[in-house]
This record gives sequence, structure tokens and C-alpha cells, in this order.
Amino acid sequence: MFPETLRFHIAEPINIFIDGLIQRYAAAFDLVAGKILFFLLSIHRGLEAVPWWGYILLVFLLSLYFSRSILHSLVLASLPFFIGAFGLWSMAIESLAVIIASVVMALVIGLPLGVLMGEAKSVETVLSPVLDAMQTMPSFVYLIPAMMFFGLGKVPAVIATLIYSLPPVIRLTALGLRQVPKTVEEAALAYGATRWQLIREVRLPLAMPSIMAGINQTTMMALSMVVVSSMIGARGLGQEVLVSINKIDVGRGVEAGMSVVILAIVIDRLTQGLAKRLRPGE
Amino acid sequence: MAGASPAEAIVVRNLWQVFPRKEGISISSADVMDEQRVREMDESDDTVVAMKDVCLTVYEGETFIIMGLSGSGKSTLIRCLLRLVEPTSGEVCILGHNVTAMGKRELVQFRREKISMVFQHYGLLPHRTVADNVAFGLKLRGEPEESRKEKVTWALETVGLTGWGKYYPSALSGGMRQRVGIARALVMDAPILLMDEPFSGLDPMIRRELQDELIHLQRDMRKTIFFVTHDLSEALRMGDRMAIMRRGEIVQVGSPDEVVANPADEYVARFVSDEKEQFERGRAFIGSGPGREATACVS
Ligand SMILES: Nc1ncnc2c1ncn2[C@@H]1O[C@H](COP(=O)(O)OP(=O)(O)OP(=O)(O)O)[C@@H](O)[C@H]1O
Ligand SMILES: [Mg+2]
Repeated sequence: MFPETLRFHIAEPINIFIDGLIQRYAAAFDLVAGKILFFLLSIHRGLEAVPWWGYILLVFLLSLYFSRSILHSLVLASLPFFIGAFGLWSMAIESLAVIIASVVMALVIGLPLGVLMGEAKSVETVLSPVLDAMQTMPSFVYLIPAMMFFGLGKVPAVIATLIYSLPPVIRLTALGLRQVPKTVEEAALAYGATRWQLIREVRLPLAMPSIMAGINQTTMMALSMVVVSSMIGARGLGQEVLVSINKIDVGRGVEAGMSVVILAIVIDRLTQGLAKRLRPGE
Repeated sequence: MAGASPAEAIVVRNLWQVFPRKEGISISSADVMDEQRVREMDESDDTVVAMKDVCLTVYEGETFIIMGLSGSGKSTLIRCLLRLVEPTSGEVCILGHNVTAMGKRELVQFRREKISMVFQHYGLLPHRTVADNVAFGLKLRGEPEESRKEKVTWALETVGLTGWGKYYPSALSGGMRQRVGIARALVMDAPILLMDEPFSGLDPMIRRELQDELIHLQRDMRKTIFFVTHDLSEALRMGDRMAIMRRGEIVQVGSPDEVVANPADEYVARFVSDEKEQFERGRAFIGSGPGREATACVS
């Protein structure tokens, strides 16, 4: 047995610290939470305004535009149909709203950070270990800070998803900027490009494939948080999975699980198609 | 080059370049003043002395060739002329401007107006069309679209690429890509043209073709061309004067004929004789046709 005398706890001071923080900045947290909730609900309302066949049509048309293959597009567009057939349509929309809200916020934060990290060695030195830590941590861990500051509900779910899905877009943006051939950069400098012109005209466009891969991965990470984040009240498809686990209802669990997979496949294909479209020099 | 002494276009004074091979090593201009220290840096694996006390003068309107083996510092020298790398010590003056003393803004302006450069690996923007690549420098300079278009059309015509403007570089062969690189340089109409082994990556036929075209163009343009190569036949065909570099030092400067006839030391002699042999063998092979023309160009 571990000796009683050597025991100590940090739980109590942490709780006190967090409580103090929350009390002191209650107004700020409320404000942020309100803004995020409003953003999320706007997206949700927008998504709900589109009829189910609208989604199927949209997936078909986008896929056709990206892939130029009718068969491929038909198969992809038929997938969301199953979600509706299982009676999970509105839950899927709810999950989709959380995913979109978190991904948009992740991009707003992640893209500039990625550019900074790609441009400045010092930023990379600081950020790199943080990203490493974030990526090795299990996704459950992100529920803790999100809950601490925002309690239960949709907002902490968005925050947890946002933090979990942030690293790939930062990393791959930075990587893309680093990988731009030195010969091309040198030519641009020789013709009198300023630092900003170099970034805008050369480095960002050439880093585009890598940045798009980062956006795709960030979206996939957000999707994989669907089930976990429903533990703190995100509802949607994740909740359906949790309920079926609690009730040991395998059939219902499979339906919900398949719906998550379908969401993932459709979003993955569409973002990858977009990435291919944006590849330079085609 | 007879008559009154022509104006100086590029003057390089005591230029040094020492590259650190490890992080955290910094070399100052004081280091290169000390002979003992230079010898140390030369022998050390942590530093590369890429240029040693280089002094050169290039006159307006001439084609000046830099030759030397791989790693002798040719690219380093040409990069220092527009400060793509910062020299450790020394001075570069171009058309009366002290390039090494320029501030950032001034340097950008200088690069936009006075110099254009052609690279061995083309350095084209793969995400831009040929026309946009050619217009790149003009755009940076802030020229309006109308005049850009006109000049690009002219430049593409000059290098024989009329009608290729809307393609991407990936659709072009190596020779055509370098034509785009040349068009991008010509369109700037800068008085000085820097070329770092522009034809080295191309097969001999294409190389020959582009050399001839450049010679032809230069007859009208009379720009100051600073041309790096490690091909003696190219130097003989193109150059008014040439300098030989060896391990960061200039070992001989003179007209190509002089250098071939009176090599300054054994290194130059060996360097030149190998190349000359090849050149002569090539000429014998081709026979009396183009070979004779080539000699006519240099004499
Ligand atoms: N940025 C750099 N950092 C460190 N060392 C460098 C750098 N650039 C060049 N060097 C070194 O300086 C020396 C001269 O290189 P440079 O590229 O000028 O040679 P070069 O004459 O152009 O050769 P080549 O014919 O192969 O192009 C080489 O030993 C090279 O390794
Ligand atoms: Mg070189």
C-alpha cells in the first residue's frame, strides 16, 4: 500500500482556482458562451431550413462537379437517404451543426496560427510541443476544461470539439508553407517581392494542397468527437449511440453508428474533392 | 571594348561569404579580416568559406561569364549581387547604387527596377499560367494591367512562345520553361540580366538554340549580362570577358580567348584543357557548319 502520510491532493486547490476564475470572469464566460450558442443555433436553423432532398441533391451536384463521375456521385448522394430512413435525420442535422460550428471556429483560429508557425521559427518552437500534447491526449480529456468553464450543454460540446480538432489544420498549414520550393521563393524575391507578397502570391497558393488536407483532417477529427461530446450534452447522433449502449440495444446502436459513418464519408469525399479542385497548376 | 573606358555596371569589392554549417555559429566581417581565422574557418567542418575576397568589375553592355567547378561559389556570388544571400563582408555597387548598404524598401525597389534574373531550375510559379509568370515582376512593380498584357505578348513573341500564355508551366518542356524564365526577365527591361546556369539542365540541341537566340537578342539589347556556367563552349560563345572561380576565389579574369591561350595557373589550364578538348571534339564532329559559326561569335 502507498503510505498514507505521503499522500496529497491537488484536486481541491484546482477546484478553488477554477471556481475563483469562473466567479471573477463570469460575465466574460457568459458573453462567450452566448455568442457561441447564437452562432451554433444560427447554423442549426439554416441547416434545418433545407429539405432532406435538398441535401441529397446538393451532395450529388457537388460530387458531380468535383469528381465528374455520375455513378460515384449517385452512390454518394444516396447515402444520406439511409440516415433519414433510420429516423435519425434531425439528430444528424443537430450533430452537423455542432461539427460545422466547431470546424469554422477551428479554421478561424487555426489558419492564422498555422501561417504564423510556418513563418516564424520561434512560434513553431512554442507551439509544436503544445500540439504534440494535444494530439496524444485522449479526446475525453477535452471534456474537462470545456465543462469547467461552460457547464453542460451544446456550448462546451462545441468547445471540446474545437480544441480536439484544432491541431491538424495548424500543423498542415505550417508544413505546407515550409515545403514551398526554395527555388520558387528565391525567384519571387529576386523580382522584388516583399515578405507579404511572398506569402500571398507564392507560399499560400503553393501550400494550398497541404492546407486543404489539414482542413479535411480537422473536419474528420470534429466528426470523431460526435459521440464523446454528446456525453456533456451535445445531443444528436452521439446521444443516440450512448442511449443504445446504456440500453444494450445493438440494433439501434448500429443504425446510429452507421449514420455517423455516412456523415463522415460524405464530408470526407466532398472536402477532398474541393482540395483536388484547388490544387495549383491544373 | 576599344576607345574610352566604358561605364562600370557592377563593381564587387572584397566580397566574402562564410556559411555556418551548424546552428548558433555567427560569423562577422571581423572574422574574415584575420588571416589566421580564415584558415581556421576554411578547415573547419562547421563553416564553409564560399567566397573569398572577390573583386570584380563588369562594364555596361558586356556579357561577363563566371566559370568554375561545382561548389566553387558561383551561385553564391550571383545571389550576393541582389542580396538573395547576405554577404558576410564586402561591397557590391550596381549602376552607382551601393547594394550592400541598402535598406529593405530600397532593396525591393532596386530588385524591381534594375535587375532581372534567370535561374537554372527556372523558378516558375507552378500555380500561375505562363502569361502570369511572365507578368509576375511587372505586377510586383505595380504596372497597370493594360501595359502588362502588351509587354507580355511582346516578350512571349520574342522567346518564340506566342500562344502559350494560357498554359501552366507543368505542360511545358524544359526548354520551353526556360524560355518562359527568359521572357519573365526580358519583360522587365532592366539594364542588368543575371543568369545562373540558365541552360545547364537542357539537352545540347535546345541549349545551343537558346544560346543562339540570346546572342541574337543581346546584339540589339546591349544589356549587361552576368552569366554563370560551367561549360567552356558556352563561355566561349557567349562571353565578352570571363572570370574563373576556384574554391571561392577568382583566379583569372580576361577575355575567353586570353584565358584559353594563357591560363593563369595549373587549375585553370586543366579546367580549360578538358573543356577545350571536348569543345574541339564536338566541333570536329559537327564539321564545318555550326562550329565555324561558333568561333566567329567569340572572335
Ligand atoms: N545557404 C547555404 N548554407 C550553407 N552553405 C551553403 C549555402 N549556399 C551554398 N553553400 C555552400 O557554399 C559552397 C558554394 O556553393 P555555390 O552554390 O555557390 O556553388 P556553385 O559554384 O554555384 O556550384 P554549382 O555549380 O554546383 O551550382 C558550397 O560548398 C555550398 O555547399
Ligand atoms: Mg550554382
